[in-house]
Amino acid sequence: MFRKHLTALSVSAAALGIAAAPAVAQDFSGVTIDILTRPGYVIAGRLAERGKEFEEMTGAKVVVTEVPFAEIFPKIQNDWATGTNSIDVGVFAAGWGVELDAAGLLEDLDPYVAADDKIDLDDIAPYFREFGQKVGGKTKLLMVDGDFQMVYYRTDVLGAAGLEPPKTWEEYLDVASKIHGQDMNGDGEADYGSCIFKKRNAQSYFAIQTFAAPIVQTQGTAQGFHFDNSTMAPLVNNAGWKKAFELYKATGEFGPPEELNMDIGDTRALFKAGRCGLIVEWGDPGTLQLDEDASAIKGKMFAISAIGSTEVLDRETGELVPVTTENAPYSVDGINYSPFAAFGGWAGAINKKADQATKDASYAFLSYMNQAAQSGVDVTIGATGYNPYRISQLASTDLWVEAGMPQELADNYLGAINAAIDNLNMSSDMKIPGAQQYTAVVLDTQLARYLADEITVDEALANIEEGWEEITEDFGRDEQVAAQGLALGN
Amino acid sequence: MTTYSTNHQPGLSPAGVTRRARWGEWLDRHSGTFFIAPCATLILIFAIFPTIYSIFFAVSRVRFTGDGLKFRYVGFRNFSKQFFGSSEVHFLGRTDPVSLFGYAVFAAIVVVVLVWLWRSRKITTWVGMIGRTISAAMAIFLSWILCASLLSGNSIGTLYTTLFYVIVGCSLQFVIGTGLAFLCSQPISGKNFFRVIFFIPLMITPLGVGYAMRMVADVTKGPFEPLLTLLGLSDWVWSVDAWSARFVMMVGDSWQWIPFIFICMLAALENIPRDHVEAAQVDGASSIQIFREITWPQVLPVAVTVLLIRMIEAFKIVDLPNIMTGGGPGSATESMTLHSMYIWRANDLGSSAAIAYLLLILTVVVCASFFNYVVLGQLRKAKA
Repeated sequence: MFRKHLTALSVSAAALGIAAAPAVAQDFSGVTIDILTRPGYVIAGRLAERGKEFEEMTGAKVVVTEVPFAEIFPKIQNDWATGTNSIDVGVFAAGWGVELDAAGLLEDLDPYVAADDKIDLDDIAPYFREFGQKVGGKTKLLMVDGDFQMVYYRTDVLGAAGLEPPKTWEEYLDVASKIHGQDMNGDGEADYGSCIFKKRNAQSYFAIQTFAAPIVQTQGTAQGFHFDNSTMAPLVNNAGWKKAFELYKATGEFGPPEELNMDIGDTRALFKAGRCGLIVEWGDPGTLQLDEDASAIKGKMFAISAIGSTEVLDRETGELVPVTTENAPYSVDGINYSPFAAFGGWAGAINKKADQATKDASYAFLSYMNQAAQSGVDVTIGATGYNPYRISQLASTDLWVEAGMPQELADNYLGAINAAIDNLNMSSDMKIPGAQQYTAVVLDTQLARYLADEITVDEALANIEEGWEEITEDFGRDEQVAAQGLALGN
Repeated sequence: MTTYSTNHQPGLSPAGVTRRARWGEWLDRHSGTFFIAPCATLILIFAIFPTIYSIFFAVSRVRFTGDGLKFRYVGFRNFSKQFFGSSEVHFLGRTDPVSLFGYAVFAAIVVVVLVWLWRSRKITTWVGMIGRTISAAMAIFLSWILCASLLSGNSIGTLYTTLFYVIVGCSLQFVIGTGLAFLCSQPISGKNFFRVIFFIPLMITPLGVGYAMRMVADVTKGPFEPLLTLLGLSDWVWSVDAWSARFVMMVGDSWQWIPFIFICMLAALENIPRDHVEAAQVDGASSIQIFREITWPQVLPVAVTVLLIRMIEAFKIVDLPNIMTGGGPGSATESMTLHSMYIWRANDLGSSAAIAYLLLILTVVVCASFFNYVVLGQLRKAKA
């Protein structure tokens, strides 16, 4: 059923494209594009399917190689820096492009974009266009996905309990505690108030940043919430991050017993089975609940663009203070919100050392993926892992309702994403050289040790501060200050 | 005076020996070198050279650039941060506060080690003394970390998690493997069937074992779920408790490696001359006496050698914790190899190489000590 649905949408889109103008006009016969990305159907599957269409149109063969999530970046960096060059295109987190570009490994896409009349960059939401696709003011990547981390709640479960959706993390805990243990899918088993992927070496380090952002960042996106931007002194060993760590850990009381060993695949299986009342996730649950195996929650998981905080960090004292319009100018009703652009979205970049014919074909393929005719279909299918990033995808619910999403859910889903994108205090993912080490190694390890009661929260934060300082020293403080300025648009 | 030329003369070769024969003789003399040359070359290329080259990584900050790898010398910083920097707790575990019990045990161990070292000066050469001093220093260091972390109620780091897999895991595997081998060496029906069954896990790839164990150990959907429910342990989750996670990891590792011990020990047991055993039986020796006085002394050299090989392998454990828990909960199941791999995956090649060297030093000292003081001792005893 799902495949038929997918095929029908694809055919429709292709037909529309053909009726208007060919999406790709060039002939790339004899060219092979080797793409590296994450494993499974999510992200990679759609690249392969679109690759076949692209091959039929242009003659270029698209080969998609999948590696574990944690190995994508080092494999690409190794391959391109050591001159192996077995990979032509990497599809990875937009934020990782900064480190690759600093090493001179990314092809400048501006000349290609200038000659491309199909891509319509103005239709891409400003954050993804300016911060996701560009590095140092030049287009170095093309998005295939747009990412924000949001909170989703079960409308039926909260409604039955007479509860309102949470606005702060304290309310999140309160709601989770009241619905925890209820049977949410009618199978006679007690289900969970909150489900968050907390496994180490997976994606837990993104979720903790979603908790920390509204407590630490108050002055708009350019302020950031990881470092003092002028010195790159870590901004982590303070009461703000401490509170985030404690709140994050507290959610475990209302989660599955094996939550510490659950990655995002595990929690997705749980919420699709109707076993979670609240979840922290990217945009995927909006469309995943339309899948056949998610009948228990279809149309019932609504999104909240951001959970806020009534207390924010006073950066001078390192202590928490109540939110006011002075210390948090973007706050609403005494609550500071900061939607976190976790991961930044999946984007494709081209190896600078690939031969010109391959680079031309690679750009044409990434452009084909990015164009509204294709991406407008792909983002409506939950299994692809692609979330909306074009204005045309976010401006109207028509596309989504046609794809099978109930009108009420479509209104909520697009409303939440638009609210996140439009929030002037939206927080950006780390986009500086070494971002992987700062977050995926140091932050992730210390967070996991704290969650497992190996160390205290104070020890965890002190270790992170020390670890981040070591990385900054390794990369060069001045270089990192400059990179952070570019990343945050200062 | 008559002159003559020695050109084109047979020279010093025996009369009648041709150039071809001399070439063959020369080849014969050097055949050992020729036979071993390909192997030595391969080892140089794939083992020695990378080991030496990685020293540059261990003392450098490595950057990836469009022009290749750029090395910046940082001295021993990659090593020192494992002991004094941000990775200290991760690597060594928490070593503060130290309990009185911890201090007492440490003091006792230090005294024993120093007495052993003092007595060694009479029975060994100066080269042997250097080796024993290194062993003693390692023993005192490891004892301190053990006493300050585990024995003081603190968490252990990747160093002792690795040693847990090596010491506890190998001991368990050795006892069970040897026991199974002993059973299968007895005249029981169906022993060939059991030999095959016991050997199968060794033929499965470690990744496969990891995924299989993950499914088997799943407390909500795994095969033991009904049993856990029956025992009232339906809420118990092994993966969120440090020691139960390490224990499950050890069970998985043992499942795979017991067959190795089993097959080696079975071969040793079946090579014991039957007439020795039969003579003892004729003399009225009990089964326990036969095992203790005849069987065990004869298989002891094989046993300690097998244990040594298994220990070396156990130091490198990486697949199971990576697949089953990702090193978690926290870093409870993370071995030093996995620690190195995770850092390598973030392209911090310098720190990764430093941890790999620390593991190499640990493995060499522990295994060389085991070989010198246990294996050789047992071999000498067996000869005597």
